Amino acid sequence: MLILVSYDVSTETAAGRKRLRRVAKACKNYGQRVQKSVFECKVDAATYELLKDAVLKEISLTEDNLRIYRLTEPLSKNVQEFGKFKAVDFDAPLIL
Amino acid sequence: MRQLLNTLYISTDEAYLRLEGETLVMSVDKVKRHQVPLHHLGAIVCLGRVGMSPQLMARCMSDGRSIVWLDENGRFQARVEGPVNGNILLRQAQFRAADQVDKALMLSKCFIAGKLRNSRNVLMRSARDNPNEVEREQLAKAAKALAINLRNLEHAESAASVLGLEGDAGRVYFEQMNTMIKPAMRNTFEYKGRSRRPPKDNVNALISFLYALILNDCRSALETVGLDPQLGFFHEVRPGRPSLALDLMEEFRAVLGDRLALTLINRGQLQHGDFDYREGGAVYLNDKGRQTVVRTYQERKKETLQHPVLETEVEIGLLPLLQARMLARYLRGDVETYIPFFNK
Repeated sequence: MLILVSYDVSTETAAGRKRLRRVAKACKNYGQRVQKSVFECKVDAATYELLKDAVLKEISLTEDNLRIYRLTEPLSKNVQEFGKFKAVDFDAPLIL
Repeated sequence: MRQLLNTLYISTDEAYLRLEGETLVMSVDKVKRHQVPLHHLGAIVCLGRVGMSPQLMARCMSDGRSIVWLDENGRFQARVEGPVNGNILLRQAQFRAADQVDKALMLSKCFIAGKLRNSRNVLMRSARDNPNEVEREQLAKAAKALAINLRNLEHAESAASVLGLEGDAGRVYFEQMNTMIKPAMRNTFEYKGRSRRPPKDNVNALISFLYALILNDCRSALETVGLDPQLGFFHEVRPGRPSLALDLMEEFRAVLGDRLALTLINRGQLQHGDFDYREGGAVYLNDKGRQTVVRTYQERKKETLQHPVLETEVEIGLLPLLQARMLARYLRGDVETYIPFFNK
């Protein structure tokens, strides 16, 4: 399944800026950054739990905000992309 | 059921791969180019000059992700191997079976039966697609010859006669290679008999490269189920030769290799400019051609078909693994016989 992780991390304090970096790092482990604080992750149910755990560990529930959306299939119909950045489909042939 | 994970192909020269958290990072000249989460990857295939950090290798080994290096032409160079794993009892059973002449013969016959039947399907499919009556008949005739060999195979009583039947069928089959290619493509793709090391025409360059990809998949499949890819039943055992992987591959040459090669040629996906012509007559796919082939191969592996024995939809890329599992079951004595993969 494809999920969308987006977050708002308060960066007023040094601790907040540290959290921001760490949240991004946790997301990067499971998907790709499509906008500044938005990640798309293609995961199965088990990996999804790992991802959720990893992000929740970093985030402060009193100061920050985290939203996870599950995108419905078929993605080609439900996800449209415009602009200069093109996301990589990790399920398509990967030839780098 | 195992999920078919993606294979990452690295064909950028001087690329360096390393582990970063749960991701693989590819960089060139220390500049980060790509980052891929590891959970998408079932295997990594490096084509040409690609480096990798020991940490990434270790991580892949503990996850059971295979890593191989092939040279630009698809020839095997190196493979990373983790601790010996799998079931020693299974390997013991495999070694014992290889020593039993009747068992080895029976398995050889199964692998070759798979090969003949699937090759015959390729011929018949080409015959259906061919508008020229003379050629159609020629293909049908070859298909019939393979059917006869298949029937004779059942009664083969020695390894030598299996080898003879296989060789004969291979000759009949490859004689039709040019007929299976569309007339418009025959100028660019003229098959001049099987040549390897080096391949001497476009067709050989293409099928050799595809076979190398399939062989790696078969080898990984065997290792995944805990069989020793080096001890085969039909192919002779030689140091460094993955005999069992070659055995298993016989069932898939036609389905995954030849059929795909014909598609690539007949649809015009590959052209003269996708090959390099070296002095001395050697022909190899170049960067552009290789990318097309690898992409098509990966896409093909994702297509599904109905497995005749398991009676479920399976991805083509999982077939080697499923067959390896069935082979393991037979060797362990859980089932009476090994049934090769037959393409409908």
